[in-house]
Amino acid sequence: MARAFTPKVITANALLEGDAVWFTADDRWTPHMSEAEFITDEAHADLRLLEAQARQSEIAGAYLADAKEGPNGPEPTHFREEFRTRGPSNYAHGKQVDNASRT
Amino acid sequence: MYVYNDFDEAFVRERVAQFRGQVERRIDGSLTEDEFKPLRLMNGLYLQLHAYMLRVAVPYGTLNPSQMRQLAYIADRWDKGYGHFTTRQNIQYNWPKLDDVPDILEALADVGMHALQTSGNTIRNVTADHFAGASADEIEDPRPVAELLRQWSTDHPEFQFLPRKFKIAVSGSEHDRAVTRAHDIGVRMVRNAEGTPGYEIIVGGGLGRTPMVGKVLREFLPREELLAYCEAIVSVYNLLGRRDNKYKARIKITVHENGLETMQQLVEERFEAIRKGFTGFDQELLKSIEAAFAPPAYVRKSEDGYEAARLANPAFRAWSDTNLAAHKAPGYAIVSISIKKHGQTPGDATSDQMRVMADIAEQYGHGELRISHEQNVILPHVHKADLPAVYAALREADLATANIGLVSDIIACPGMDYCALATARSIPIAQEIATRFDELKIEHDIGELKIKISGCINACGHHHVGHIGILGLDRAGVENYQITLGGDGTETTTIGTRAGPGFSADDIVPAIERLVTGYLDLRQDADETFLQAYRRLGMEPFKAILYPAEDKANAA
Repeated sequence: MARAFTPKVITANALLEGDAVWFTADDRWTPHMSEAEFITDEAHADLRLLEAQARQSEIAGAYLADAKEGPNGPEPTHFREEFRTRGPSNYAHGKQVDNASRT
Repeated sequence: MYVYNDFDEAFVRERVAQFRGQVERRIDGSLTEDEFKPLRLMNGLYLQLHAYMLRVAVPYGTLNPSQMRQLAYIADRWDKGYGHFTTRQNIQYNWPKLDDVPDILEALADVGMHALQTSGNTIRNVTADHFAGASADEIEDPRPVAELLRQWSTDHPEFQFLPRKFKIAVSGSEHDRAVTRAHDIGVRMVRNAEGTPGYEIIVGGGLGRTPMVGKVLREFLPREELLAYCEAIVSVYNLLGRRDNKYKARIKITVHENGLETMQQLVEERFEAIRKGFTGFDQELLKSIEAAFAPPAYVRKSEDGYEAARLANPAFRAWSDTNLAAHKAPGYAIVSISIKKHGQTPGDATSDQMRVMADIAEQYGHGELRISHEQNVILPHVHKADLPAVYAALREADLATANIGLVSDIIACPGMDYCALATARSIPIAQEIATRFDELKIEHDIGELKIKISGCINACGHHHVGHIGILGLDRAGVENYQITLGGDGTETTTIGTRAGPGFSADDIVPAIERLVTGYLDLRQDADETFLQAYRRLGMEPFKAILYPAEDKANAA
């Protein structure tokens, strides 16, 4: 039996900066996972991934990542995806710098 | 040091120009990522978790001061003001932007450097003993041979699409500091019964998911046959190596599946077929390369200042006890600069620190620097009279940590803080272990102990050959750390043995502390190192310390 589909977001790396980005419902790439389209249907996920992957001049390496619904939008379920929302733990580099100034 | 000739210069510039065009075509959309990826990897450019990463080759770990300053300049201009020295003697930049990379490569070419073949299924940067040309126990400087191998392997038309990556290490001493037995080919300089120097050729070593200790393919190879023989090995592997399964594609599996004898037979046959093609030009080339690696003009002067400084300054004495190694020239020492200050990221140096090291090398070190596979920087030729001044300058730059070879001199791969392949983080574990043992103030008492940490089974952190190895894994969505014991990366290379169930990120540092303090109770005397005690006692007493009975239920 096929495994039950778990909710997903589409994520990739921005072409020029390499920074983690997520695909929104209105076809933008956002640096904030909370703004990503939260996908609960498998067929829709496959279709959206094809659309995301077609945007080759904006991103590299688009894939579906597991997510859960949080109070402010989609949140990661795995620590790897969580690290991608903030940056490395040894320096205040990457997204955590902007995240800090946003809150 | 070897300086690029016109051919090298033109070749590297041409490759930069090619890559510039490829980047432009990627950005304007004419190349997809699938098309671009092999092109960027040929130029050392990876895409990681948070950004691109550029891996720059430091051939056999040797740098001159102007190259080190250029690395600092690149860090400031195009990255975040630091660089990461790796276990393959390279430097990595963690934050370059795609459209800046051609300019970075151009800046590298300006000082005779490049990022070619630092990735992909090619012969990678040739590594060597970081004490090359300086060590008291050396038969011969391994760098001329390493440079010859670099020139031969760079853009070698037959070997650009090997079944998998291919790593060569060269050691020139009895004591193996280049981990030659954990490489696809290890070249060890030896002398035969007549006292003639030649090479012992080791093949099929490697760490990763299937760790193997390299096997001796040829006990004694005459010096002049090295290139033809290496070409024979890689050529046999190129045909025989498996391309159906990425995890079985390294030469260690080829040797394992076909047997050493078959490999020997095939290599010897191939060698006979091609050796006549090597008409001696390589040996002429080697002679000119050797001239470029002539020893520096050593000076003779009094060492009194050094002894006086040792007596007067306990901190200097502690540093000189741990961070110096025996040099072949009278009055000289090899200085290891620790890039492992307690609590810092192993192998990371700021641009300011790079410039200070370049200045010191220029003023006191005959203009030479080395990167070690243990992620430290070496000043291979410093006169003892200059050591107090060198120490003072290092201290000023926060580079005078006295911990070489001790528990806080940890090798750690970038792990999941940067690497897209990682299954767990390594850096924070290394930082916490070093900080903890610094608090306990027992690392000098513990003595020689090599802890090596990898954030996945690919083993960039060499955990299999750590006296204590730590492997970070993803266990059901949680970081989990396995401990191996008894590994050794020297001439007596041994793959460590797994101690038992892994530990959580919170429990791994206390487990290491328990293990190391437990060893202090087990050792015969202060001279018995952790590795010696492990070899004498075996796994059991260490296992009992790691997994006390009452904790057993929680340890899994």
